[in-house]
Amino acid sequence: MADQPTATERFVQGILPENPVYRQLLGLCATLAVTNGMKPALTMAVCVAFVLVCANVVISLIRNLLKPHLRIVVFTLTIATFVTVADRVLAAYMFQMSKTLGPYIPLIIVNCLIICRCEVCASKQNVVIAAADALGQSIGFGLALASIAAIREILGTGMLMGFRVLPSFWPDWVIMVLPPGAFITLGLLLGLVNYIDFKREQTRN
Amino acid sequence: MSLKNSNLVQAWLVLLLATLFGTALAGIQAKLGPVIEANKVKETMAKIPVLVLGEDLSAELAADNQSLTIKSRVIDVKKNGITKFYTVYDVWLPEGKMVGHVVKADGQGYADKIELLVGLDAQGKHITGLFVLDQKETPGLGAKIMEDAWRGQFKEKSTEKTLSVVKGGGAKEDEIDAISGATISSRSVTGIVNTTVANVASQLQVTDNPASNSKTPAVQTEDPGKNKEHS
Repeated sequence: MADQPTATERFVQGILPENPVYRQLLGLCATLAVTNGMKPALTMAVCVAFVLVCANVVISLIRNLLKPHLRIVVFTLTIATFVTVADRVLAAYMFQMSKTLGPYIPLIIVNCLIICRCEVCASKQNVVIAAADALGQSIGFGLALASIAAIREILGTGMLMGFRVLPSFWPDWVIMVLPPGAFITLGLLLGLVNYIDFKREQTRN
Repeated sequence: MSLKNSNLVQAWLVLLLATLFGTALAGIQAKLGPVIEANKVKETMAKIPVLVLGEDLSAELAADNQSLTIKSRVIDVKKNGITKFYTVYDVWLPEGKMVGHVVKADGQGYADKIELLVGLDAQGKHITGLFVLDQKETPGLGAKIMEDAWRGQFKEKSTEKTLSVVKGGGAKEDEIDAISGATISSRSVTGIVNTTVANVASQLQVTDNPASNSKTPAVQTEDPGKNKEHS
């Protein structure tokens, strides 16, 4: 069997080399939907991180008990449980944010990033590796959401997290905080990441 | 079929996990449920002045450091053998004049239960405002029921006729424009408003000061905890 990456390698890989959004194109529903502002994007990133780490650890702990044909059921059950926990905690302690995010928190259940990590990593590796993998992927997902949200919020409202960053004569590009802005920003950033990668590949050869 | 191959034995992990997770979630709901309910009550209390007085007057009132007297009670309506309960908030101006009522109502939407606050004037003759407390309608379509532009249509509608939903704009009196692409959500909200108005409006009475307000016949229960709540 080929060399399996160590825990540290998996952690680092999740952040940039295998970034969930820019490299794996996973979890795009949440990426497009909640990045019209920095605050909802960060809240979403934290919720996904919580669910991903918990689900990965639990799945890794019970990996030897899993029956191949029942594994997806167990993944979904575990993920749904932690998503419900996140949803309830948010409604109890961050009520306004929970109203802003609306159904997107319950929809973390169908975020394919999480089930992908359960299937690819957690169901085959020990707890330390699974946790490191989940943390790395979570940070990568958070960075991706934050980068898109920053661009959309700054160009769309001239502000970032409530502080004015562009001069007040800036004509707010309202389209950036609307759904089309999400597609435009994600597309351009994806192109940029691929371009940088391509250039680096060229200089290496 | 041997025991080992039976479906139940194969699925023991799924069954065990479902039981464990279910129990854990029940515990969390028991602990956080009251906090979430308290959040909703707080939001209701904050919305009542705007729903009854409108944005401008309620802002003026807040600027004067005055607050409305709000008292909640529960009305029960028996219909077709089913009893439906409505929480009604009666609202008085600081000087003691009754200005209106806010009724908390809910009903089935397209995706899940929709919870509304319906503002009515003192006599229950007109709708003074509508607010969506909770909904899980489709984002970008049905979720537009939360937006001011749409729910503002209900303002000043008479409660004497039932409101109907029309498609394609051009709503006349006692008509509501449907959100394009979300006719079901629009109909649901309008339906909930209609039912609520039909059930509750006749039971609303103008009473004077909450202090001198002895029990009206419609009062079934009073929540003493909420009597002193001001917005």
